[in-house]
Amino acid sequence: MAGQRRLETSEVGDVTVVRFVDRKILDVTNIHELGRELFQLVEEQNRKKLLLNFSTVEFLSSETLGELIKLEKKVKQHTGKLVLTNIKPEIYEVFAITRLNKLFDIRDDEPEGLAALNAA
Amino acid sequence: MAVDDWIWQLDESIPSRTGEGKRILEAVLHQLEAENWFPHEIFGVHLAMEEALVNAIKHGNRFDDAKRVQVVCKLSPEKFFLKICDEGTGFRLEEVPDCTEDENLEKASGRGIMLMRNFMSRVEYNSSGNCVTMEKIRGQKTA
Repeated sequence: MAGQRRLETSEVGDVTVVRFVDRKILDVTNIHELGRELFQLVEEQNRKKLLLNFSTVEFLSSETLGELIKLEKKVKQHTGKLVLTNIKPEIYEVFAITRLNKLFDIRDDEPEGLAALNAA
Repeated sequence: MAVDDWIWQLDESIPSRTGEGKRILEAVLHQLEAENWFPHEIFGVHLAMEEALVNAIKHGNRFDDAKRVQVVCKLSPEKFFLKICDEGTGFRLEEVPDCTEDENLEKASGRGIMLMRNFMSRVEYNSSGNCVTMEKIRGQKTA
C-alpha cells in the first residue's frame, strides 16, 4: 500500500489484516512511523475491523505498547474493533506483566481473530 | 563476600542518540550469546536494557546531543550487571503510577520500569532518579 513501509495489509471480508515488516519493533522513529501507519488505517481509510498479526514480531518494547494503546483508543472512537493474534510467548509475557492482556482482545491465531471480529 | 569474576566489561559515555545505545546493546547481546545464556534470559536483558537506554536518551537527556549517557556493563559467568546514568533531572520512583492498576492501564508511563523489574533480578535507582543499576542472575527465575 502506498505510503506504508512498516506494515503489510490485506483484506479478508471487511476485516483488515495487518502484518509487521519489522521483526524487532524497537527504534523510536520506526515505532512512531508504525503508529502513524496504523492510525491512518483507522482515521483516513476508515477501517473498522483490524486484526494485527504478530507472527513476525520477535521483540517489542514499552514504546510500542504505547502506540498500540493509542491505536486501541482510536479504533474505539471510530466504533471499530481491534484484535491481536499470533503473539509469541515471550511477547505475550510483556502484555501479561503490564496487564495489557486485559485491555486488548488477544486471540491465538488469525482464524480465531477473524471469528471474533466477524461476530462483532 | 565473593568477588565477582568479570569476564567482559564495557564503560562508555555515549551521546544521546538511539543509534549509539543500539550499538552497545548489540555488543551486550553478542556477549550473552557467546556465553550461551538461554534465549529467554537474553530476551529479558534485551528488553530491560532497551527500556533503560530509551529512558536515559529520550526521557532523561531528551535527545540533547550536548548531554551524555554513561553506560557500564559487566558480565561474569553468573550474572550480568548494568548501570546507566543520564544528565537529566531524574524522577521520583514513587510518583510513577502503577501501570497495572485498572485506572492506569491506558496511561503512557510506568510500563518500562515494570518490565525491567520483572525481567531482571534486581533494579535500583539512585535518589535523584537519573541512574539505574540492575542485575540479571543467570539461571534465576524471573519473568
